[in-house]
Amino acid sequence: MKQGIRRLALVAMPFAALAAAPAAAQELRIGLASEPTSMDPHFHNLGPNNALRKHIFEGLVTQDAEQKIRPELASSWRTLDDTTWEFKLRPNVKFSNGMDFTARDAIYTVCRVPTVENSPSSFTVATRGIVGMEAPDPHTLIIKTASPQPLLPNSMATLGILSAQANGAENVRFRAGGCEGLGTPPKSVEFNEPAKAIGTGPYKLANYTRGTHIVLERNETYWGQKPHWQKVTFRPMSSQGARVAGLLAGDVDLIENPPIQDFERIKGAGFEIAEGLSNRIIYIHLDQFNDPNWKTPGVKGTDGKNPFLDKRVRQAVSKAINRQAIVERIMGGHAVPAGELLPYPLFGATKDFPVEKYDPEGAKKLLAEAGYPNGFEVTLGTPNDRYINDEKIAQAVAQMLTRVGIKTNVDAMTASTFFTRRNKFEFSMYLAGWGADTGEMSNSMNALVVTLQPDKGLGGTNRGRYSNKQVDELVLKAMATVNDEAREKLLQEASKLAMSDYGIIPLHFEVTPWAFKKGLSYKPRVDQYTLATEVAPSGS
Amino acid sequence: MLVYLIRRIGQSLLVVAVMATLVFLAMYAVGDPVDILASPDADEFERRAIAQRLGLDRPLWEQFGIFVWNALHGDLGRSFVYNVPAVDVILQRLPATLELALAGLVFSILIGIPLGVLAGLKPNSLIGRSVMSGSILGFSLPNFWIGLMLILLFAVELRWLPAGGRGPTTSVLGLHFALFTWDGLKHLLLPALTLALYKSALVIRIAQAGTREVMLQDYIRFARAKGLSSRRIVLVHVLKNILIPVVTVLGLELGSMIAFAVVTETVFAYPGMGKLLIDSINRLDRPIIVAYLMLTVVIFVIINLIVDLLYAAIDPRVRLSEAKG
Repeated sequence: MKQGIRRLALVAMPFAALAAAPAAAQELRIGLASEPTSMDPHFHNLGPNNALRKHIFEGLVTQDAEQKIRPELASSWRTLDDTTWEFKLRPNVKFSNGMDFTARDAIYTVCRVPTVENSPSSFTVATRGIVGMEAPDPHTLIIKTASPQPLLPNSMATLGILSAQANGAENVRFRAGGCEGLGTPPKSVEFNEPAKAIGTGPYKLANYTRGTHIVLERNETYWGQKPHWQKVTFRPMSSQGARVAGLLAGDVDLIENPPIQDFERIKGAGFEIAEGLSNRIIYIHLDQFNDPNWKTPGVKGTDGKNPFLDKRVRQAVSKAINRQAIVERIMGGHAVPAGELLPYPLFGATKDFPVEKYDPEGAKKLLAEAGYPNGFEVTLGTPNDRYINDEKIAQAVAQMLTRVGIKTNVDAMTASTFFTRRNKFEFSMYLAGWGADTGEMSNSMNALVVTLQPDKGLGGTNRGRYSNKQVDELVLKAMATVNDEAREKLLQEASKLAMSDYGIIPLHFEVTPWAFKKGLSYKPRVDQYTLATEVAPSGS
Repeated sequence: MLVYLIRRIGQSLLVVAVMATLVFLAMYAVGDPVDILASPDADEFERRAIAQRLGLDRPLWEQFGIFVWNALHGDLGRSFVYNVPAVDVILQRLPATLELALAGLVFSILIGIPLGVLAGLKPNSLIGRSVMSGSILGFSLPNFWIGLMLILLFAVELRWLPAGGRGPTTSVLGLHFALFTWDGLKHLLLPALTLALYKSALVIRIAQAGTREVMLQDYIRFARAKGLSSRRIVLVHVLKNILIPVVTVLGLELGSMIAFAVVTETVFAYPGMGKLLIDSINRLDRPIIVAYLMLTVVIFVIINLIVDLLYAAIDPRVRLSEAKG
């Protein structure tokens, strides 16, 4: 008898091994370029944090791979009037600890956001405009805003919903400027414990060791389509070399942002690369501050005048840049020349928007017309570790400008220094990038070309201080227009106007790459997020 | 002796105070953390709110005053990025770095001493010469390059060892160590080897010079005349005598391995303190950088203080000249 069992075991063993193999393939290991700084969904409004958040905490709505708004915990929504929104919530959704999801949880979430302590970048940007929230029934949510806010769904897409019940706030009531019945809101560090990180998402937190790994486990009671991977491990690997080596050595299955120069090697070793257009524009801003007391800091040879106040000079700069050459030679073809600030098909971008033609002769002519037949000298500021090949792009632009007579010196520095200096207006010309987090044009326009007015929260990154009343009017009107079609028209018009005025010089859109082992597939996302839910075994 | 002690401690405190000022002011000059921390979308309200939350809106002297006051109470600030005390974040990384430094130390002894003794015994043989020229490579090859080559060979081509990271940890006395699992050791091997290569070159040189010197001593000749086996002479009499300078140098190097294994940790994505320092510099997480440098300063000052006191205890001349001057 004993013998029999042993024989049976021997026969069964190969089958056991076979059965074990697919189970082992249930784990997905991802090498991240930058580590999320907290497990709290509302602590740090930052790409890596928001991407991780989407696995564990869902929003009322979500953005798909092209940043179009899609239903998530809310199945539908509509505007009752310009400042009142009604969200219909999905019934039968449970948090990972078994508690029911209701409208109360959404209210609690909006209430909790301003209570987060020491947030280095707060989500109050998303909740600030809300003046009222009510739940007529558990699956209907009414949100009132102070002024028309067409982007309320986009804002909601950035907020991961917490459970009110799990945090002892069953009777929470929304009050502008401080909610009632909020209890003691959880501290950010508490979310680092799996037991506290309770959301409705497809994954649960299993282990978080700062700097080493973040382990997620499939939420078996998830209401939606169950993700493929039973277990997901994220490993922070900030150095490019370490990341690529980790992939090639089989330590991880998928990595973010492999460097362009390694593509050949990665493919040669039998791995695959997926790339897709991102929402990030690389641009050049020119100092256009029109104030008699202001002397632009980096220009020489113009008798103290700021040449960039003249539209012809700005146009000459644009014409002198060979965008195709930059994309082909410096970016290795992994970028797309840009004519405006957001790529089509994102909201507010125009299909086939013309890209400025390379025309050095035309540029010289324009410079002569503007009164600079012999050109002038300028310093181009750039970060050297923030965007793909940023310093090399700046060097190329400098050579191209020098060729038409604008003698350009490059001043490259590390990102932390660059942004501090840029924000103090220390450059007459600088190269930088902008990713439109909301995935639509009002974000880019408001950030980069609307007149800088800190007190109104406008033109925050317009550090060239370009100012055009017509553009401002169009963008502000669009930002208060709830009707999508009308808003898109206004934004397209505003963009056309700003581009034809050369308020800012777009160069190209970055392309985001992911590299992974054979047998997987990844659908590139415009927002550059790496989501385990979107990694699939190819063919399934 | 007491006067000397008091004076030395006073000097050490002064060094710490000067370093605190320098480090804090230097950090202040590097850049504005709000520019890095804030989401690019953040408008001026939000940016001001961030500065206020992190206490960056106060004037420099006030920030410095708060820092000094808290530091005197043993609080080196909270990380901007993680919102936990900076010292906790650093100490959490300490076991990983200690492990790496100790493994590196063991490797440099295991590689350095046998080769050094061998080269010292046969200085003019082919082996002796190749060991000595090989040690020049160990000195001159850059650390990151060695790391990358090791990764290429053992991780990418042969696939024997993982390319980076730290293995699974087990909890010992509340601290997490990866030393006690096979997988953890595998993760440790390549970075420790990288770290050890420069040190072992150092050890080879010291051991070789020591061996050559010791071999000429009378007691070795006497041992030979007494008829001891050359094995016993080398393993007992030579080894014991060359160990003193080796231990001195390695002790000093251990400090720098713990504090500044930055390059190795970056190449291997190893979650140690050096990696933390680099990441924090990139993110302008001032409290961590300041706390890290302060901890390093304090460690070095304490080591130096102990060494100086030992000298004084051993050598009366130091004491006397100090007392007069």
